Amino acid sequence: MQNRIIELKDIKKSYGQVYALGGVDLHMDEAEVVGLVGDNGAGKSTLIKILAGAVRPTTGDILVRGKPVSNWNAARSREAGIETVFQDRALAVQQTIIWNIFMGRELVGPLGFLKVRKQREEAERLMREIGFTSKVFGPSSIVGQLSGGERQGVAIARAMYNQSDLIILDEPTTALSLTETAKVFHFVRQAREAGRSILFIGHNIHHVFDISDRFVILDRGRVALQATKAELGSAEALVRFMEELAHPGGTGVESTGGTV
Amino acid sequence: MTDAANHDSQSPARTLDADAVRRTAEGKHADQSSLRRFLLNHRPAIGSFVVLVVMLACFYAGNPEVFSQWNMYRAVLIGLPVVLFVVVPLVYVVTVGEIDLSFPSTIGMSGWVFALVVQAGFDPLLGILAAAATGLFLGICVGWLVVYANLSSLIATLGMNFMLRGLIQINTEGKSIALVTLPKSLAYQIFGGQYFGIPVQVLWALLFVLVCSLVYNRHRFGVHVHMVGDNPDAAQQMGINVKLVRLKTFALVGLGAAFAGVAAVMINYTWWPTSGDGYLLPALASVFVGGTAPWGGIGTILGSAIGSFTVSFIQSGVVGAGLSGFYVQFFYGLIIILSLLGHRWNQVRYR
Repeated sequence: MQNRIIELKDIKKSYGQVYALGGVDLHMDEAEVVGLVGDNGAGKSTLIKILAGAVRPTTGDILVRGKPVSNWNAARSREAGIETVFQDRALAVQQTIIWNIFMGRELVGPLGFLKVRKQREEAERLMREIGFTSKVFGPSSIVGQLSGGERQGVAIARAMYNQSDLIILDEPTTALSLTETAKVFHFVRQAREAGRSILFIGHNIHHVFDISDRFVILDRGRVALQATKAELGSAEALVRFMEELAHPGGTGVESTGGTV
Repeated sequence: MTDAANHDSQSPARTLDADAVRRTAEGKHADQSSLRRFLLNHRPAIGSFVVLVVMLACFYAGNPEVFSQWNMYRAVLIGLPVVLFVVVPLVYVVTVGEIDLSFPSTIGMSGWVFALVVQAGFDPLLGILAAAATGLFLGICVGWLVVYANLSSLIATLGMNFMLRGLIQINTEGKSIALVTLPKSLAYQIFGGQYFGIPVQVLWALLFVLVCSLVYNRHRFGVHVHMVGDNPDAAQQMGINVKLVRLKTFALVGLGAAFAGVAAVMINYTWWPTSGDGYLLPALASVFVGGTAPWGGIGTILGSAIGSFTVSFIQSGVVGAGLSGFYVQFFYGLIIILSLLGHRWNQVRYR
């Protein structure tokens, strides 16, 4: 498939005797939102770190746009167009949105002075691309004045800079109110419209179900289920499947997910 | 809130989406008008300017005759460059989240090197270069102790201040150096003296303020200083060399202190072993009176430059207004506390 951004094949990661991941397959195509769910300790964060290049898999293959890549690391991950927005968002809240978007890779002239207008135009473009616009704030507003969901927007806009193809969002809606969550979903959908693909990690099954096109459910280091939204049908099916994983066969809850 | 009620039951996707579109709905973002933005962006600096004006007005009311004479202000302007040369770099250090108390001894040390070079018969311009190199070196040493040896900047720089001053005293045994030939040199004509009643040093100091302000607000280094002071972990994560940025701010203080040291010698052609000692607290106070936040991440070079003038003016002002010298310290304290209260009310700390 030519639109495949990245593919992980049979990824295993062990810390000593303990397997964090025991053979995981995952692929990301262009312009899709994939929801990654799983209980604590299922291997979600290990998988994210492997994608970001922060952790090296013990065994397994990584293919970027169909081509196998050896020596996978953080630099290779960035080259492949993968950006991660971690839970704490890593924003400097007393600074402007523009400065945050360009943090660490400012657009400067030969003497190191900022290209103020160019940065502003680029920031405006990125913000428009994810629908992160408002009457009450602009690119030179201070991040600390924004709400939680809007701050996530800054982080997503920053991740979009550098033409990233895949943006990993690590629990972006945790601790956000309903309206703030809606804002984040809006940014994510706009980013998908712009052709980016998003790996959405969350604990709230309803949130993940709302936003994602496809689901990967991890359980104790293995992929318990891969399914599209149509195949699952409803968030309830996903919830039931998760409950079934947590208490296998115990509670008499009908299992629908397992048959997919 | 039917939207919220619907969320858990039927089609959460659709309701949430509609909500989002309504709230973040398009329309050009209306940034505030440029005047309003200017006022908001420069709030601390404007605040410190207001403090200065109010203070001058009070002094003027106390004794209009004295305060309508230019001499009154010239006396303050002569000493001002020494303060400005250290206050401006101190804003960088405070913004990056550290503090530097070693600059008085760096002033003394670099002034000493300058005096020795001139006394040995070399051109004072060479002396200025030697002083600058000394200040830069000492700044890097102090910065290394804080950044790479991981010492608390408060304690480490305090220790360095004592140690360097001690070195001066051991070597000079308290003797000063008079430079009688200095006023005739080319360097003095460029960097010292007065034209039309304005001390030339002030103009150089103002140039320094402008360049540093430009770098602080418009240069990549200035941006990184803000970022490291605001959120060092984020800065690190985004690829900024946090330690190097911190080290550079200390080096900048060293360089500024060297200029201050030379400026202090040029005022009356003499270097004293105590040179720089008296500037510790006024310079630090100026930084905060000017509106730089004590918690790091934000600051203002222009505001702190205005703050320097305010603080430098207190002593002459109090005496000029007809009060005895015993009132000076009280007014120092009063103006510092009032300015800090004003800035507290004026700026919000975002987290």
